[in-house]
Amino acid sequence: MRKKIMYSFPDEVLEHVFSFIQSDKDRNAVSVVCKSWCEIERWCRRKVFIGNCYAVSPRMVIKRFPEVRSIELKGKPHFADFNLVPDGWGGYVLPWIVEMAGAYPWLEEIRLKRMVVTDESLELIAKSFKNFKVLVLFSCEGFSTDGLAAIAAGCKNLRELDLRESEVDDLSGHWLRHFPETCTSLLSLNISCLGSDEVSVSALERLVGRCPNLKSLRLNRGVTVDKIANILHRAPQLVDFGTGSYSAELRPDVLLNLAGAFSCCKELKSLSGFWDVVPAYLPALYSVCSRLTSLNLSYATIQNPEIIKLVSNCPNLQRLLVLDYIEDSGLEALASSCKDLQELRVFPSDPFGAEPHVSLTEQGLVAVSLGCPKLQSVLYFCRRMTNAALVTIAQNSPNFTRFRLCIIEPKTADYLTLEPLDVGFGAIVEHCKDLRRLSLSGLLTDRVFEYIGTYAKKLEMLSVAFAGDSDLGLHHVLSGCESLRKLEIRDCPFGDKALLANAAKLETMRSLWMSSCTVSFGACKLIGLKMPRLNVEVIDETEPPDSRPESCPVEKLYIYRSVSGPRFDMPPFVWTMDEERKVMH
Amino acid sequence: MEVGLKMGFEETELRLGLPGGGEGGEVVRKRGFSETVDLKLNLSSSKQDTSGMDPNDEKVTGLNKEKNLLLSATDPAKPPAKAQVVGWPPVRSFRKNILATAIRKSGSDESSGEKVAFVKVSMDGAPYLRKVDLRMYTSYHQLSDALAKMFSYFTIGNCGSQGLKDFMNESKLMDLLNGSDYVPTYEDKDGDWMLVGDVPWEMFVESCKRLRIMKGTEAIGLAPKAVEKCKKMS
Repeated sequence: MRKKIMYSFPDEVLEHVFSFIQSDKDRNAVSVVCKSWCEIERWCRRKVFIGNCYAVSPRMVIKRFPEVRSIELKGKPHFADFNLVPDGWGGYVLPWIVEMAGAYPWLEEIRLKRMVVTDESLELIAKSFKNFKVLVLFSCEGFSTDGLAAIAAGCKNLRELDLRESEVDDLSGHWLRHFPETCTSLLSLNISCLGSDEVSVSALERLVGRCPNLKSLRLNRGVTVDKIANILHRAPQLVDFGTGSYSAELRPDVLLNLAGAFSCCKELKSLSGFWDVVPAYLPALYSVCSRLTSLNLSYATIQNPEIIKLVSNCPNLQRLLVLDYIEDSGLEALASSCKDLQELRVFPSDPFGAEPHVSLTEQGLVAVSLGCPKLQSVLYFCRRMTNAALVTIAQNSPNFTRFRLCIIEPKTADYLTLEPLDVGFGAIVEHCKDLRRLSLSGLLTDRVFEYIGTYAKKLEMLSVAFAGDSDLGLHHVLSGCESLRKLEIRDCPFGDKALLANAAKLETMRSLWMSSCTVSFGACKLIGLKMPRLNVEVIDETEPPDSRPESCPVEKLYIYRSVSGPRFDMPPFVWTMDEERKVMH
Repeated sequence: MEVGLKMGFEETELRLGLPGGGEGGEVVRKRGFSETVDLKLNLSSSKQDTSGMDPNDEKVTGLNKEKNLLLSATDPAKPPAKAQVVGWPPVRSFRKNILATAIRKSGSDESSGEKVAFVKVSMDGAPYLRKVDLRMYTSYHQLSDALAKMFSYFTIGNCGSQGLKDFMNESKLMDLLNGSDYVPTYEDKDGDWMLVGDVPWEMFVESCKRLRIMKGTEAIGLAPKAVEKCKKMS
């Protein structure tokens, strides 16, 4: 009797308590307390995040969580961003939409990353979910403006349409007209990835004008700077704005209008866009600068002193994306003006050039790490580095959570000592105890991996290219990095030994990608055979891997854990173990 | 220590008859490494590092051979274009494209123009599209090789790479179009669909917006342009 009293909360009470628990991790923890909690929790889970769309099948998700309102799915591996994953590999969302159309009629939100989305999928979404509110397509592809028209026309309560960095077949700018006159619910519209073709600016103006809650608007390159003022006047409540092409014939009235329009936007905190900048139009922004927390100039081919002028006027800047035109001098200015800076990304203006044509070196990053105590996240492309600089940076910035350094020429040594950069990166992992993401570059031996395995205990994602000497390097990482979830490697001399010795580790990770390494087909088959909860995919576009000796290295391999077994939508150039785990086909 | 080892590799490369190090050295160095260290894995070295490298490989290694013969220390002109390794540096394609067009528009003296030219390739009957970067190739021959490999899994029977190559040979044109072989076509800047092979390679790269590998029977309508051209030329 007493036991019963202790657990006698009615389900509704527990459900109510659980509704305050939002994070996936906590929800997962709740669900393993006991059977009844698992049961209650699964009925009231409203949001599901699936980091690998092939780790579980749509039916399994629906069966476990019958009342989901919001789903997030990720498809292709990260290296797909750099064309290492051949087209047709997979990541199709349609099967998910088809299943959810039947099971989740009240689905409100779909967020996808690196997935193939067809017009058919979009049409199905528009038709199936009566209360659909949020569609985020991050780095997706496979659809056209026809599909977008279906979404615009069909989703009466649409709040968010965000196409960031997706590849869209831009058939016609008229899709915007498909938003009915009754649509006033938009909070966020990001069409920045659409091409330079004409977008119906008048339709855009009308849409913006009738959505009083629009907080985020990112235009595409087809909208020129002379059109912006009219749009901004209709949406002075904007918090985040992406200009289109920041150029037009220079006219003082246009400049004045623009400056006036910007100054009306009292809530504006974030700016992006800035394709094809005509520098004379930059002063129109000055009234907004003091409030800016986020500035993306990574498409703006402006140089100093314009960059320095802008950046020095933004004392509250927390996030800056910029091209290497900023140079070391600009980064020094940044370091002295923007003490709240948390995230910095510096992209290369000429990634394939043989010689540097800008003066951006390790000095710039050192200056920022010295001057900006809150710096947490860095993505930095440069052409030279030293161990000393990396050690200084590590000591200045123990709060790094993400550190991605790309020295453009592979295997570049410390340019002063000519030594590998092992010690420098070692300092990063040693000092930055909360480091979750790390990308390596430069000349690196197995030693750097020893440091990483020893110190990087919170590391979740590691990207490696052209590094290491032997299997020992890979072994250090797989055996030492306790929190590792994603590991992606290219062009490293890592082979069978480390992989086979640490096969069990792979079940604790989301995925492993290795391309142009020395893992043999035989080893892949062995892992596939012995580890039923891993999908081992061998990708080879030149010829079937079993037409060569088993000891031959595979071109690319992708291993991920899955509870739903091998997938059925593989193209001919991907091999995996069949259902009986006997043969790779 | 490390420096000494590096030098050792380079010397080894030269002795093995591989092109000298330096520019475009990335693939070269890797081949040297794998040949000296990983022999026991029985690597078939020619297959080892393809991934789109071959066309530029020929170009760059040729250049490097010349350079070594002349024993020139520094090249007074611009250094030769680096062999592009696929996916390196890790910059997303939309960033590369934007910068290329911006640089051109601003009229700087970057003479190389578009550094990448990705076009979609569809093949009648294939369930999905592929994408190729036309700037990875320097001739129709290389492009047809690459396309043949990409779509070899779909061509059953009489086509495959030979079919595509034959097409480039205009004298076999009408025979092919009457058969069920596949024919590569492309959409140019004006939106017209043309047969691949009509114009000089560079002009093709500049004007090609997308590729479509059609069934021969469907391409009949396009043939007259090419045939007329044949007649004009002969």
